Amino acid sequence: MGLDDILTASVFASAIRLATPYIFAALGETFAQRSGVLNLGVDGMMLMGAFTGFYAVHVAQVNATMSEPMSLLFGVAVALIVGGLMGLAMAFVSVTLKAKQGISGIGVYLFGLGLSELLFQQWVGTPKSVSGFPRINFPVLTDLPIVGEIFFHHNLLVYVAFALVPISAYILNNTTFGLMIRAVGQNPEAADAMGVSVTRVRYATTTIGGVLAGLAGASLSIALINLFQQNLTAGQGFIAVALVYFGGWRPWTVAAGAMLFSFVNALQLQIKVIGADIPSEFAVMAPYVITIIALVFATKRHEQPTALTKPYERGE
Amino acid sequence: MRNILLTILLAVFAVTGAATIGQDDVFRIAALMPSATNDLAFSQSMYDALVAIQEELGEEAFEFTVQDSTYIVDDAAVALRDWAASGEFQLVIAHGSQYGPIVEELAAEFPDVSFAWGTRQDTFGMDNVYSYAAASDEGGYFNGVLAAHLTETGVVGLVGPIEVGDGKLYADGFANGVASVDEEIDVNIVFIGSFSDVPLATEAAETHIANGADVLTGTAQMVVGPIAVAVANDVLWFGSDASQDELSEDIGVAFQIYKWDVLLLDMIANIKDGVLGGEYYKLTLENNGLVMEFDKDFEVSDELMTAAQETLTGIILGDIIPIPEMMEEEMADEEMEDDGED
Repeated sequence: MGLDDILTASVFASAIRLATPYIFAALGETFAQRSGVLNLGVDGMMLMGAFTGFYAVHVAQVNATMSEPMSLLFGVAVALIVGGLMGLAMAFVSVTLKAKQGISGIGVYLFGLGLSELLFQQWVGTPKSVSGFPRINFPVLTDLPIVGEIFFHHNLLVYVAFALVPISAYILNNTTFGLMIRAVGQNPEAADAMGVSVTRVRYATTTIGGVLAGLAGASLSIALINLFQQNLTAGQGFIAVALVYFGGWRPWTVAAGAMLFSFVNALQLQIKVIGADIPSEFAVMAPYVITIIALVFATKRHEQPTALTKPYERGE
Repeated sequence: MRNILLTILLAVFAVTGAATIGQDDVFRIAALMPSATNDLAFSQSMYDALVAIQEELGEEAFEFTVQDSTYIVDDAAVALRDWAASGEFQLVIAHGSQYGPIVEELAAEFPDVSFAWGTRQDTFGMDNVYSYAAASDEGGYFNGVLAAHLTETGVVGLVGPIEVGDGKLYADGFANGVASVDEEIDVNIVFIGSFSDVPLATEAAETHIANGADVLTGTAQMVVGPIAVAVANDVLWFGSDASQDELSEDIGVAFQIYKWDVLLLDMIANIKDGVLGGEYYKLTLENNGLVMEFDKDFEVSDELMTAAQETLTGIILGDIIPIPEMMEEEMADEEMEDDGED
């Protein structure tokens, strides 16, 4: 058993697939946290996005009301809307009502967990599969040895997730909106004095976070797994929140963290499949240990947004 | 005068109340499960068993209540305590080995309530605790034999939850079943470290296929992910715990189905006779607690049917021992117990 058996092209491809929901959710959370809102309800939003996206596709495909590609886009749209609405709800609780963000986030998570389970039981019953986003075959590129398997044989949402990394970085670093987000997260009083509405910016970022969390859930239920089951996300939303800290609130490093975590996960699966003599308990905890170690060093490099978790009240 | 009237009224209520309880012959079970009752796996197998018992005994004689998706052990403790304290249930089932410490604690606190928990062989030495398990190695071995006959690449993959209990037994039995047909076949086994992480289980199945597997199997509720992968890649699937033919479409081959009603009926009879616990039950192919079922869409060849029947008969008659090492350990334990008694 050599390194060639462990570091195969399929391991890298697997890491890219595994990273997809984390990248969606963590990028959304980056927007929220950069504006000062800690949204711990990401996992609940992912679950609702996963269920509603799945259910929309399921109904459309069973009733044959639209073509398969249209049903998938319909599912994505539903997940985006539901995620956005949950983001709005989170913003209302944490920005307007000024509730403790940690507690309200947990509330949103539990709401999403419970409601997605309830709706699944009532509307679907047993796990059923749908025809999800197919893997794309690019002419010539997909057939390239190694590179083709790693980069050019994924479904559409995988590419959307990775495309969002530079887009998010650009928005945060090079646009007026990004400047407002950073200002509100760093010094809301100063931003307010300059005429920036702290409330509007935080509503916008938390809603963006909800939209991307919904998409993260849909990437699981209609693109990567193609079914829904209770608690489908298995806590991925919480890992996404941790990845934002690990990535120092910067899209590129957040995505790098998601890739690192997913790569180690893919690696431990490969190591176990080829029968390496490593205790399974050690392999299972490896992604978490490595990410935590990285987190410890990363948070020393980057200061968190000063106003993170602090509700803003003009004049206080 | 008022005191006399009150006393009479209380006496009347006491007598009628007692008469009501005495006339109520309904046997009531409360069952707690870690995942959904329709998970196509562990929890569904228990739920199906309770439904089967109700169909057999009738709703007028048997009632049950279920709390599913209780994967948080602290939540489970609250529900189990409420049921035990209510006095409404003749049997409280904690369906999951993670609930063991709670059962041990509550059984001591409520000695008149009968508890059952699994899958472990441990009644904690208490007279009001039943424990149960499934000899999942038997169905694992059966599936392994068939998988060995069906693989063309010579590579089969297994996605398991945590390397303990019936998941481990199934994996060991499966690997031995494959080896009994052809030792050259690679049996790649991955325990993902979770009963519920569907995304990781899905990726584990993808990894198996990337490494050449053309037959997959797995246990626990997260196997819905691997089944979806098997369907998408046209790879054969062997299941355990409950029938998964609804999800596995035309790639399902065979399923090991847990029939917990076999042991629950015995427990009910015991409890009615005043025996509240102290016994360990095990589902086996021999006692019909385990049933092997082919997927209704799978066409079984004559060769495969012969292999299936020979394996089934061999296990039931004791000619085939799915995990010889475990048998040796059990015999050694029995010898030690005998020595201790001497």
